[in-house]
Parts: sequence; structure tokens; C-alpha cells
Amino acid sequence: MALQIGVPILILVIWWAWSNSSSNPFFPPLSEILVRFRELWLFDKFLSDIVPSLSNLVIGFAIAVLLGVILGLVFALVPVLEELLSPLIHFYRAVPSIAIIPVFISLMGFGNEVRLLVIILAAFPPTWIATMDGIKAVEPQLHEVAKVFRITNAERVFGMLLPSALPQIFTGLQASLQFSFVVMIATEMLGSSVGIGAMTILAQQSFASVDMWAGIVLLGVIGFLSNYLLGRLRARVLSWYDKSKALQLAA
Amino acid sequence: MYVGTEKVNVQTTIEDSPVQAMLSLKNVSKRYGSGPEILTDLNMEVRHGEIVCLVGPSGVGKTTLLKSLAGLHDITTGTIEVNGRVMSGPPEEMALVFQDYNRSLMPWLTVEGNLKFPLRHLKLGRQEVAHRIKAALKEVGLERAGAKYPWQLSGGMQQRVAIARALAYKPQILIMDEPFASVDAQTRFELEDLTRSIRDDLGMTILLVTHDIDEAVYLSDRVVVLGGQPATVLEVVDVPLGKQRDQVETRATPAYADLRSDVMRMIRTASSASRA
Repeated sequence: MALQIGVPILILVIWWAWSNSSSNPFFPPLSEILVRFRELWLFDKFLSDIVPSLSNLVIGFAIAVLLGVILGLVFALVPVLEELLSPLIHFYRAVPSIAIIPVFISLMGFGNEVRLLVIILAAFPPTWIATMDGIKAVEPQLHEVAKVFRITNAERVFGMLLPSALPQIFTGLQASLQFSFVVMIATEMLGSSVGIGAMTILAQQSFASVDMWAGIVLLGVIGFLSNYLLGRLRARVLSWYDKSKALQLAA
Repeated sequence: MYVGTEKVNVQTTIEDSPVQAMLSLKNVSKRYGSGPEILTDLNMEVRHGEIVCLVGPSGVGKTTLLKSLAGLHDITTGTIEVNGRVMSGPPEEMALVFQDYNRSLMPWLTVEGNLKFPLRHLKLGRQEVAHRIKAALKEVGLERAGAKYPWQLSGGMQQRVAIARALAYKPQILIMDEPFASVDAQTRFELEDLTRSIRDDLGMTILLVTHDIDEAVYLSDRVVVLGGQPATVLEVVDVPLGKQRDQVETRATPAYADLRSDVMRMIRTASSASRA
């Protein structure tokens, strides 16, 4: 625990000391970056740039997750779908999501809906695949339990299949979050005038390297915090899973 | 052979005595797809309030028969009747206790949650649900484990939870698939006595599949011996060991020893016959 906090602090201290006397225009002193960070984001550009970015991230991620879980469920329950579409799925996953951004921008323009759409399209496959795998891996005997006790289909899906697949689904969520985040920044960098990504790339293009660094630091903080929050959620929701696994290992 | 006389017995039971068949199988056969027949011309019945054990050499088709009885798969020919009604799919008056508590309980639900889950679709009142759960946990001796998770309990206790889940469902007939195969000997004795007291307390009809002959004789009112390839009922053995049984006393009686040897002999003959 001490190391977990200590090492990042140490790195920050080294960065501070090393950059303090820096005159390199690309690596300004950390102190200047932090001052600029405060000026820019707290709270001058908060409403104009941070909020649009975050709302895209949250909404895009949420829709991607919903879509991924629904598709995963449908594909797991109707195996013929996967058989038919499996090569297509793998091809789709293999295309780097950022590569399709220009297509959308040229087809549909620069609007925010397009950015959201790209985030969703890039972010849903990991959750989709993970949900599908998780539900296919549900203990076969539970299906028999459901049958013998004449459990309704809705209860089977929501009370049995999804909870049982939740550990896998969360692995998918973590990847989906990464994709949402990366693509959120990329869409802003490629075709937007607002948002943290747009601010950062604009700063880079106008040689405002302090501003650029301030943007990068903010992106880092957001990335870290969103992952952290998801991790906390996972720990809460899956405490049964972690504890039972720990107990199994101890036995 | 007993098979013939048993058929005659079925007739007289239905016509002359008030003890009606809870479950009756008539000319049941089963094959998977176009594979070989697993069960053939199988006739048997389980009467109200009876404990019947199904024994037979391993691989004879006990599990296939059990799944047929539970409505988990269709039979190829013949009929299975529950309460005089021809069965299609799992009947509402039946609950099943699986062999593997590990795989049949839901680890994300507490003990109470596991008991509650099959009751949801019955649309019972809250009080009724609470009452059933309390009574079921009391019956299996787990009044204080309701808030725990199954994986926090020992194997024997987990199987008690699985039994309580079945009891809370209030079935008229309880089917148990080698329910005590994965617990230690002491726990096994306790659970056997629990099974008998469930029948005595709740008047439940119990059909239990086991590979353990001692268990079958100790528990049963009748033992049904399966054998042959494809399998059918070889013999039905009455077990007149009285209502009150005791793990030490009963097992020490000559009657118990005789019955045990009889059943053992039948199974040995059955398994050498099916190997030949």
C-alpha cells in the first residue's frame, strides 16, 4: 500500500525537480503546468470543454455497455447467430476503431452525435464478446435448476444468467471503458473545436506546450478516475465472487 | 421374477387401497437421438408418502431415468404420470435436489436468496415466502444461516441448503440425485436421517437415486433395482424395517443385513449380465 502511493509520488517529485529548471519549450516545468492546469480547468473551461467531453464519455460508454450486454445475451441464447456472424465479428474487432472515424466525419459531418456514435461503435464489442462468453459459461446445472423449478424466462435471464456472467461482463466493461475514453479523445482531436482533446491538440498546434501538458494531465486524471470508479463498482457488485474465489484458493 | 408380480400389485393398489400412486411409469423407454436404447419397457410406481430408492450398477441409466422423471428431457415411448396426470415437462408438484450442491446453488445469492429464487414466479405473498423460508431452514437445521452465502458453508450444510430450497418450493414429491455422494460419512448419516424426518414431518414422497446399497436399504420403504442393457426394473424389494430407524440399531439388525445382501446380489448379477 505504501509502495502503491509512494512510487507515483516519487515519480512526480522527480518530474518536478528535473523539469524545474527546464528551458526546453516542449518540456516546461511541472510547476507551470500545474498553474496552467488550475487556470484552464478549474473552472474556466470546465463548462465549455470538460463537461462536453465527460458527457460524451459517460453517455457513449453507457449506451455501448447496454448494446454490448443485449447483443451478448442474444448471441449466447441464439448460438446460430454467432456461428453465422463469427468471422464478421472478428473482422470488426480487428479494425482499429480510430481508423473508422474519418469515414464517419466525411459521411456525417462533425456533429456531436457522430462523435457519440463512433464512441459507441468502438466501445461495445468488448462487452458484447465478454457477455456472450460469460453466458455461454453459465453452469449447465443451473439451467436444469431453472427448468425443474419452472422459473420464468425473464427471471432466468435477469436472476440467473446475467448475475452468473457478471465477472466476465466486468472484464468487458473495463475494456469498453478504455475504448470509450481513447475514442472520445480521438474524435475531439480529429474534428471538434470543443472538448479536452480539441483543446489539447489546438495547444500543440499553436506551440502552447504548457497548455498541451495541462490537457494531457487532465486526460490522465480523468482516465485514472474513471477506471478507479469502475473498479470500485466492480468490487461492490462482485464481492461474492472475489470472496468465494479467495476462499477456494485458501482451501 | 418380481417384475410381473409388481405389475399386478400396481393394479390392486390403485383399485383397492386408498394409497394412490404419486408417480407412475408405464412402458417407458428412452434413447438419445438415434442412439441405442438406454431404458426399455420400464414400469414402476412411487406411492404417496413413500421413500423409494433407485439403485443399479453404475452407468446403467439411473441419471437418464431421473432426468426423465424430472421432465428435463422427453421420453421416447411410454408415459409418466404424476398424480394420475400424464407428464410433459417438469411438473409443478416436483422439486429436485442435485448431487452437486456446488453447481446447483447460486453463489451470488445468500442462503435465503437461493431459497427465495424459485418462489418468485409463484406470486406468493411476502409473509408466505418468509414463512416458507423460515420453516424450510428450520427443517434442515439451518435457522441461523439465512444471511450467509452458500460458499461460506461446509459441504454438508450446502446440501442442506439445496434440500431447504426444494422444501420451500413445497413439492409433493422430492427427487434426489445421489444427494449425499459428495459429503463425508458422518454428514451422510445425518442427511439420511434428515431425509426420513422430512418425509415423516411433511408427508412428502421421496424418490432417491443412489449407488450406495446401505443407504438405499436404510432409507427406503422400497428399493427399485435397475439393470440390464438397455435398463429396466429388475426387482422391487420391500424394506419392512419399521418407521423408526436408527443408524446404529437398524443397521445392526439381521433383517437389514439380509436385505442388504439381497440387493447387493441383484446388483452384482445385473452388472455381470450387462457386462457380458
